[in-house]
Amino acid sequence: MRNVAIIGTGHTKFGVRTDVNLQELAWEAIKQALEEANLDQKDIQYFVVGNVGSWSAEELPAVVVGEYSDLTPKGTMRVEAACSTGSAAIRDAYLAIKSGEADIALVVGVEQMHQAPNPQVVELIGRAGGYFWEFENFGLTFPGYYALHASAYMAKYGAKEEDLGKIAIKSHHYGARNPYAQFQKEITMDEYLKSKPVAYPLKLLDSSPITDGAAAVVLASEEVAKKITDSPVWIVSQGVASGTANLSKRTDFTHIEAAYLAAQQAYSKAGINFEGAWRFFDVAEVHDCFTIAEIMAYEDLGFAKRGEGYLLAREEQTYIGGKIPVNVDGGLKAKGHPIGATGISMAVSITRQLLYRAPKGTQVDVKHGMGISHNVGGTGHYAYVTIFSTRRPS
Amino acid sequence: MTINDVREKLQQQISQLILSLDQVVQMYGMPIIQDKNGNPLWIDVREMTLRYQIPIKKVQKFFEGLKEGKILATKCNKCGTIYFPPQDDCPKCKISGLEWVEMPDEGELVAYTVINVKPPSFSHYQDYIVGIARMKNGINVTAWVNSKEVKVGMKVKLRITKREPENYLIYELVPA
Ligand SMILES: [Zn+2]
Repeated sequence: MRNVAIIGTGHTKFGVRTDVNLQELAWEAIKQALEEANLDQKDIQYFVVGNVGSWSAEELPAVVVGEYSDLTPKGTMRVEAACSTGSAAIRDAYLAIKSGEADIALVVGVEQMHQAPNPQVVELIGRAGGYFWEFENFGLTFPGYYALHASAYMAKYGAKEEDLGKIAIKSHHYGARNPYAQFQKEITMDEYLKSKPVAYPLKLLDSSPITDGAAAVVLASEEVAKKITDSPVWIVSQGVASGTANLSKRTDFTHIEAAYLAAQQAYSKAGINFEGAWRFFDVAEVHDCFTIAEIMAYEDLGFAKRGEGYLLAREEQTYIGGKIPVNVDGGLKAKGHPIGATGISMAVSITRQLLYRAPKGTQVDVKHGMGISHNVGGTGHYAYVTIFSTRRPS
Repeated sequence: MTINDVREKLQQQISQLILSLDQVVQMYGMPIIQDKNGNPLWIDVREMTLRYQIPIKKVQKFFEGLKEGKILATKCNKCGTIYFPPQDDCPKCKISGLEWVEMPDEGELVAYTVINVKPPSFSHYQDYIVGIARMKNGINVTAWVNSKEVKVGMKVKLRITKREPENYLIYELVPA
């Protein structure tokens, strides 16, 4: 199997993007990624579009994006893996190149959630679990899914409201320094504690926003990548797992089993020990659609022992200069969470970090040349963990 | 509020929106408005109201059970797996036509939340508590928790209730 590298990245401003339609938004990211890779559409052999949709009008987004971006008639597909759609889209192109089916492929994630009114978006996301037994009769919302985990976690390990608040404050701290972020302002603990309840124990400031945005990467095989760039970022490995649609079928609500399994796969392929895994990475992007998700991510990735993730937040060990910098682009919480673009946005952030191209005030020290993304779809309905490196995998 | 009042209120809101869209078309000649950022938006004139029809034949017994005052799960006689939500196929043993068994009514709450920001289709309810309880047989149930006080670890009972204002049978968790 061949090595696969990221050779170009693109990222739009996240937020309310009613100044463009879906395909125009995707093109912003595609154009940037093509320019970075110094390639034209004719060089792209295959492209994948990550989009969950239903809130936006176009029913066949891959086709519309391909047409608008002059990528037709190259082969394409639309990929859905809930909030981990972007990582799933990367996986498809990654495997195409790894297997020798393509040499250069483009991946774009795009979501325009503001095409539908906010209440309808709440309705649509709420349906995104085990529909009949959870939404139809019991009206679980998306924050509600994670709130169930938060209540179980807090009861078992004694984490406090303020520990969740620490995550939100960190995200906003870095979001304020990221020109692509939806929220570019810091928040205080007081503001956090006073913010409006959404699904107890989660508040508005525990939650990622409804967002529009796009992100893109160009992937290439080793042979091609070496000709095009002297600074490829390699995809070392990826782990992928799934969970039950019905939350009630889970045995544990204090962690995300699918994410843990995906991490173990990714680590084992990369030769990394789960215990102390954080030592290998300069930067991590974890799925913090809600603050509790980031705390569980610390544990599911082996950055902290079970039940101790919140201590990492409390001790501020995930800021730049700490044990391991996490979500220093603002995370989903402050950068925004355009569902289909999120996983690709994570890959873009890590690539730019490893190449010392992060925005001022968010650049980490690159010592190992390695980064990791943890992208959870739904509440562990899907999970993707991807490891990136500036060093060519052996 | 009866369910018809709820429906009428929703329909009125929708009619109001369509009327104001008609006015926009009259004024500008096209269904274009400006959002709060000053961006022009074309408002879709092809509205779609959709309710799905979900086949329940294979688990019809569950709904018959509710009418008889029983909350049923299915059980595979070959491997012993209990399914709740019920399903008539055991994918482990690749057999169908499972046995129907009653769920125990005693359990313990393992997680809960209070839904404050509700989907529009739930907006006619007060803020509700959704909980997951581990029942005596080790199987979890997700349902509304009908209780003033709630905490993880509390003992609960599973029972059948009428969902108001719609007036249909459903199950809920109450303090034991
Ligand atoms: Zn069986």
